[in-house]
This record gives sequence, C-alpha cells and structure tokens, in this order.
Amino acid sequence: MSLLEVHSVTMRFGGHVALDNVDLSCNAGEVTALIGPNGAGKTTLFNVTCGLLVPTGGTIHLDGKELTKLKPYKRARLGLARTFQRLELWSVLTVRENVQVAAELRAQKGASSTARDVEAIVERVGLAAKIDQRVDELSTGQARLVEIARALATRPRLILLDEPASGLDDTETHELGILLRDLTAEGLGVLLVEHDVELVMHVSDHIFVLDFGSIIADGTPQEIRTNPAVLSAYLGSSLDQSA
Amino acid sequence: MSEFFGFTITGLAIASILAIGASGLVLTYTTTGVFNFAHGAIGMLGAFSYWQLRFGWNVPAPLAFVLVLFVIAPLFGCLLEKVIFRSLQGTPDAVRLVVTVSLLFALIGVANWIWDPTLSRPSHKFFPGSSFDIGGVKIQPAELISIGAALIVAVVLRLVLYNTRAGVAMRAAVDDRPLAALNGARPDRSAMLAWAIGCSLAMLSGVLYVGPIALDAASISILIVNAYAAAMIGRLRSLPMTFVGALLIGLGSEYWRGYTPQVSDAHWVVYFGKPIVDAIPVIVLFAVLLLLPAGRLRGHGTTRTRETYPVPSWNGALTFAAVVIGGSILAMPLLDRSDTLTFALLLGTAILALSLVPLVGLAGQVSLCQLSLAGIGGVTMANLGRGGSPMGLVWAFIFSAVVGALIALPALRLSGIHLALATAAFAVFMDKWVWGLRDFDLPFTNVTISLFPIGSLAVSRLKIFGFDTDATGKILGLEVSDADRQLLLLAVTFAVLALLVVWIRRGPFGRRLLAMKDSEAACATVGMNLVSTKVAVFAISAGMAGLGGGLIAGIRQSTSPDNWQFQAGLPIFMLGVAGGMGRIGGSLFAGVSFQVLNSMSLWPLLNTRFMGMGGPSGWFRSFGAASPGFMGIGLGRNPNGAVADMREGFEPIMHSKRALWLFAIIETALYVATLTFDSMNGWVLVIGTVLALGLCAQIGLQVGLSRGSLTPKPNPSIEEFGGTRLEWIGIDREVTTTDIALLDDKLGLAPAVLR
Repeated sequence: MSLLEVHSVTMRFGGHVALDNVDLSCNAGEVTALIGPNGAGKTTLFNVTCGLLVPTGGTIHLDGKELTKLKPYKRARLGLARTFQRLELWSVLTVRENVQVAAELRAQKGASSTARDVEAIVERVGLAAKIDQRVDELSTGQARLVEIARALATRPRLILLDEPASGLDDTETHELGILLRDLTAEGLGVLLVEHDVELVMHVSDHIFVLDFGSIIADGTPQEIRTNPAVLSAYLGSSLDQSA
Repeated sequence: MSEFFGFTITGLAIASILAIGASGLVLTYTTTGVFNFAHGAIGMLGAFSYWQLRFGWNVPAPLAFVLVLFVIAPLFGCLLEKVIFRSLQGTPDAVRLVVTVSLLFALIGVANWIWDPTLSRPSHKFFPGSSFDIGGVKIQPAELISIGAALIVAVVLRLVLYNTRAGVAMRAAVDDRPLAALNGARPDRSAMLAWAIGCSLAMLSGVLYVGPIALDAASISILIVNAYAAAMIGRLRSLPMTFVGALLIGLGSEYWRGYTPQVSDAHWVVYFGKPIVDAIPVIVLFAVLLLLPAGRLRGHGTTRTRETYPVPSWNGALTFAAVVIGGSILAMPLLDRSDTLTFALLLGTAILALSLVPLVGLAGQVSLCQLSLAGIGGVTMANLGRGGSPMGLVWAFIFSAVVGALIALPALRLSGIHLALATAAFAVFMDKWVWGLRDFDLPFTNVTISLFPIGSLAVSRLKIFGFDTDATGKILGLEVSDADRQLLLLAVTFAVLALLVVWIRRGPFGRRLLAMKDSEAACATVGMNLVSTKVAVFAISAGMAGLGGGLIAGIRQSTSPDNWQFQAGLPIFMLGVAGGMGRIGGSLFAGVSFQVLNSMSLWPLLNTRFMGMGGPSGWFRSFGAASPGFMGIGLGRNPNGAVADMREGFEPIMHSKRALWLFAIIETALYVATLTFDSMNGWVLVIGTVLALGLCAQIGLQVGLSRGSLTPKPNPSIEEFGGTRLEWIGIDREVTTTDIALLDDKLGLAPAVLR
C-alpha cells in the first residue's frame, strides 16, 4: 500500500472543474513529482490533500487512514506537511521561531523537541547563519528553505513541496536535490510540484502529469520524457531548452 | 386589522430609515472597500446640521433639507475621502477599523463641542399635527416621507450604479483600482463620488430621525448599529437584500413591540420579552454573522505587515513592573484623595487595554466589547465579592473568561470587520438588554445575581491576605489611606498581569498567537488547532478584562450600566492601538492618555485659567472628549504604536551613565521640590520629567555616538538610488569598491568601463 492514496478526487468551483477524477499515489522513501502547465490544478490538489479545500468528490488516505473529512491540523498531526507556492511564512517571527512553533506543536503530542532540534533542522537546510533573522528579511529562495525547515520540524511522513526551487540559484537548487534524496533515504515520502524539469527528472522516482485537472500520464522519469502526450502538453519546450 | 396596519406603517417607516442608512454603508463598502464605522456619526451630524438650520436659524424645512443633503453632506464626504479615506487604500483591516472607529468617536466629540449636550433641542417631525386617516388608522406624514425617501433611494441607486458611467467606474475601482485606472477610470474621483453619495444617505437617515427621538450625539450615532444588521443581511454587497434586511428588522421590531404583551402575560415575556425589542437588531446582526458561510483559512493576503514584535526581555519587563509599582508608591504623598483614585482608575483602564495585548496585538483578533466584559467583572464583584471577598475577583475572572470563550465562537469563522461587528453587537446587546434584566438565580446554586435594581450596585473593596484595601492606617510606619491602598492594589495587579503577558509572549503560546495572526493557513498545516487557540486567547483576554472591571468597580465602590457602555469602551481600544497593541507599554499609554484626556480635574482648570470658559462642559473638556478619536485617526496608521517611537527616542539614556545619573538627580530634585513646596504640583513634576527625559536622551545620544555604541540614523539622501530606496532593491549597506569589482566581474565588464 502506498503512503498517500488519492482516489477519484474531483474539485469544482462553481462550473469550473479544477480537478477531475484524479488518482495519484506516493510511496514512502520516494520522491513523487507532479508536473503540468500553469493552471493544471497542481496547487489545488495540494490544497485538497492537506485539507485547506474540501473536495467535491473522491477520497484521500495516508497510510491507510482516510483523511478526506479531517481538518488540516489533524492531517498535519498524522504526518502530512507542506510548503506553499506563494510563501506563507510567519513574517514577524525569526527563522528560529518559525521552525520552533512547528516543533513545539509536534512536541505537544509527546515527541521531544529541544532548541537543539530546531537548530539542527535549520542547519540542515543551510540557514544556520540566518537563524535569528526575521524571515521577511530573507531572499525568496532562503524563505522557501525556511518553509521546508518548518515542515520538517513537524516530523512528517509525507511532505508536499510546492515549487521549492523557485527563487533558488543553481547551487542552491543542486543542494535542494541532495536534501530531497537524503530525506527520502530516511524513509520520508516527498510529493513535489516543480517547474524546474531538470531537478524533477534528476530527483524523482515517479512522475504524474496533470493537465486541465486530469492526470494524463504517469511513470518513471524516462517514461515521462518520451511520452508523446506529455511532450505535447507540457514537456516539449522544457526538454528542448534543457537538452 | 387596523392595529396591524398601523404597526405595519410604523414598521415600514423604521425600516425605510434603516434601509437608507444601510444602503449608504453598503455603497461605500462595495465601492471603496472601507467599512465605515462612523457612518452613524455622519448621519448624526446631518441630524444636528438640519436641526441647526431648521430650528436654530429658522430656515424653511425644504431649504434646510436640500442644504444638508445636497451641499453639506457631499462636501463633507469629499473632505473625508481626501483627508482620511484615500490614505487607507492598501492598509490592513485593523488600521481601517481603528481609523473609522476613531472617526466615529471624534465626530461625536465634535458634535458635543459645537452643540452643547447639556442644552435641550426642541424639534418636531415634518408636518407636525397633521395626519391622514386610512381605514381608521392615523398615519403621520413623516412616516410616509421616510417610506417615499427609501423608495426613491432604491431606484436612484440602482440607476446610478448600473446605468451611468460614473456608477460602473465606482464598481470597477473596488475590484481592481490600478486596473480601473489603466482603463481610463479615475479611481480617486470615483471614490470621492461614492463618499459624497454615502454621506448624503447617512445624513438623510439622520435627518429622518429628527423629531421622533431626542437629539443626542452618541445615541443617534450608535443607532446605526441597527443598520449594520440590515447591511449584513445583504452580505455588505447586495442592495436589494439590504432593503429586505431592513424590512425584516423594522417590521419585526414593531410587531414584537406591539403584540408581545397581548400574546402572553407569561413571566418570560414580562421579564425578558418586552425589553428585548431594542436589542432585536443586534441579535439579528449576531445571528447573521454566525450563519455566514465560513471563509477559507486566511493566508497572507497582499498587505504585508510592517509591525515588529521584539521579544521582551525579563529585565525590561521587571523594570517596567518596578517602575509602575514604585512610581505609584512615590506618587501617593503628592496626590490628594481624588487624584489618587483617578490614578488608580488610570491603572484600571490600563488593565483593560492590557487585556487586548494578547488578543489584538499578538493574535490579530478584534474585540470592541472589552468594556462589556469588564462590566461582567464589575457586576460579579458586586454580587459575589460582598465584604471584600477575593472570591468575587476570582469569579469575575472566570465568568468573563467563559463569556469571552463563547464570543470566540463567531471568531472561529470571522475576522477583521465581521469580527469587529460581532463583538460590537455583543456589547450593544449587553447595553440594551442584559444590563436591564431583573435579578435572577444562578442555575444549580442558591446565589441570586442582582442587576442594577436601583440604577447602580454597591461594590465592596477587596480584603486580600488580611490586607484591607478599604481601610486607612499605617503600613511600615507610614499613613496609607484607602485611596492609596486602591492605587497600590491596582499597580501591583497591573504589574503582575503585565508580567503574565510578557510570559505569554516569550513562550510557545505567544509564538503561536503571532503565527496565527500572520497566516492561519500555515498554522493549520503544521498541526495547530485554531479553534482551541482562539478560544483560549479570547478567554484569557476576557478574564483579564473581567478582573480589571472588578477592580475598577471596587475603586468606585459602585457600578452602574453607564460605566460599561459600548461607546465608552471604544477609546480604550483606539488608544491601545495608538500606543502599540503588541507591547505592554502600549496599554499603559492607553490608560494614561484615556484618563488625562477625560480628567475631570484638568479641563475645568484649563477652561477657567486659559480660555475664560468655566464648567465641565467648556471648550477644553469637549476637545478632551473628542481627542481620543483624533489620536486614533492620527496614530492608528503607525503599525508599531507611539510607545515604540517613544522608547526609541528615550533609549539612548541607557547608553550613558552620565545621562542616567543626571536624570536621577533631576528627578529626585523635582520630587523633593514637589513634596516641599505647595506651589509645585504633580503636573510640574510630570512635565519636568518629560523634559528631563528628552534632555538626558540627547546627552545619551551624543555620548553613544562619540563612543560608537550608537550608530547615526542613516541619511535618507544617501540611501536614495535613482529615486528608489536602496533597501527596496535588496541593498542594506553602503556599496563598496569590492562590491563594484564583483559586479563588474559578474557582468563581464572591464572595471575601467564603469569608472
């Protein structure tokens, strides 16, 4: 059984169908990527999965437990964490405090959380030097890393990353790739939405392609690279550029 | 049947006035995005202006009517737009709230300033003495005028908004102001037109009130809360639904008023049914807000905060607490009994403002009912604290906290303006209904709660740990009066509660509140239960307000509904925001400025000595009553509050021992002189202290700069770069030659090219 099972999820906003019978799964210890053109419904699927939106139809399971009707905070406590495409950091707090709030909420449930844990997580995303800086003083790329650190502080089993490489330079993107592989090596599941095709192809174990609210293909990076439907809908130009 | 017809006509007339008021509110909200809490006060100004023209200067009624609606109102609307509302574009909801609530307060003050509230103003309805007889029912022409005016307003608004270029431009501006401008619209002019029409509608509803009710600035201004309910039924968007809402409230209230005594003489109707009619609109408002569909969890939005919340240090907090207690002790010998009690009330007000720090400052919630919660504390102290039992204060905290937790229920779904309206509705509900109830038994106990049977309740002062705060006697060899003991009790309580707030801010709960204020969506996705967090912070804040209310009632030794009126609580909120809601110092600022501006002893002194105008209703007193409003309008925009700026100004003292010593010497000299010489009074000490602080801060600044422990404020002209502030393009220090070389390298340019 997969760690995350999204089954026949549909999301309508009035007459607009943002997600249409989407099926998707994500395994522990793997990076699963979700790609597609802008407006395909990727962020909507993230919002439905983490509970910020209630789907019109379908079910979502995490490790066999149904999440569909659960509030976002209960899903987080079951081990689901996410970052946001449009940054949702607590801008009046420092990097340390951002991570600390998440760590303290996790500690409420009996897990231990210490200042050292917070520092270790911040160090892991490469922001040790900025730990006592307010997050609204950071660059966009650094702020995205704080969101990842904050998500990791909840000790998730599955992390949903919404365009984490946006705003990072080449070196930082490379380091992000290494971080993602390290996290999956520890058994964490990663569901990645990303427009950086090179990063996606490099780190993903499995890729789903979403277009106009429907999954049009899924497979290994190699299969996706050569899938004619994907090339026509999304990847054609990206691959040309990266080639 | 004729009775029913009569009630219907009266109900329709009331509904018409409500609909006109509410449609103005909806118009300005939908076209400018500003919910104008001062809408009722603008209507009140219209009513007074009409009275002045019609009855003060005997201008014929039609001319007075035209002058108010088509000259004064539009001009006033344009003025407000230009001076106040235009600068609110792009500001957070909280700032708009504070500025418009401040405007409400300022306008009431201005009206009382111009039209002495102690004088009666005889007036009458349109066409007094004449009436029509339809089916045996006498109908007043004034009622028909109200109904006709509402119909004309409905038709004209529809035509203006949907069939004129100006109306379409107004609706476009609220959707996307810059886009509307790019497409040839002139958003500022549209907004000005919207405010002109909105003010005309507000003043029309005000003019229609002249005659049926007594001209009182505050009560007419608050009447508009009834219109809020109608506007909310229209979801602040739909004018037709707003009119439907006004009809429901107008007719419902009139039928209830007319029929309840005939329906039943049962106990509950007599005790609870009849007086509730005045509270029906606020009950409707509360119910509509509760039934609103819950919005999605709030994320950042487009407005980024400029607020700063430095973590307060324990050293700083303990120094603050020591200064409050020590200052109070040192002030005792300088103050007479009356001033000592005023000082104690100042600290009581500061406790109420402090109760808003976790709720508003940290959690970003809004409460306009803090004084009503304090009232619950006051009533509890009167009933359960007889003989000075500390249990009265404990119950005051608990009861208020429980009510606060219940108020949090709508807060779970609402935010910003809607939450402000819900809490305002609760406060008006308390004023109009709860405070008027008869005695009742607490369920499951043999305790009877008494609610102002003779207009007020006696309150015993606290006896705690053998310390009687109502006695006079020696403590440590010094004579300490009952007033001194009250001051000491309030100072210690304020200091302890301030330390509690600092403890909250420094701990996990404080961090959680700040996070919730910033992005609820992010909080939920890291596992925060927003329901329990909001309920907890509302309960803590309400409990603190209840405690403050119990202590304030103790100082006065009595409590009455007048002490806890909705409008009396607004300045505390405004001054708290002006002082800085995120800091404990902001609450002391609110307490000090509230009492100074309202001080009974100060204004007659200024009136008689400087203005030659005596009596408590003199020029300065009226200005004093309006000034919290002016302060709110002026300071409400500063996200960090005045205290942060003051602290920044005075901080250099701490960088120089010389400045610190000089301040201590001047302060001691001033204190001893005040104790010794009769000609020196407390105000000389206060003014001297402020001057000494300023002088010593300057010395500290110079010493700090010369030693390098302080850095000069950056010169804005150095920061400018092609008209853009360097920090905006990510540069936060001076550009060095190394930086230029690096840039040359990255851009592939030879250094010589640039030089």
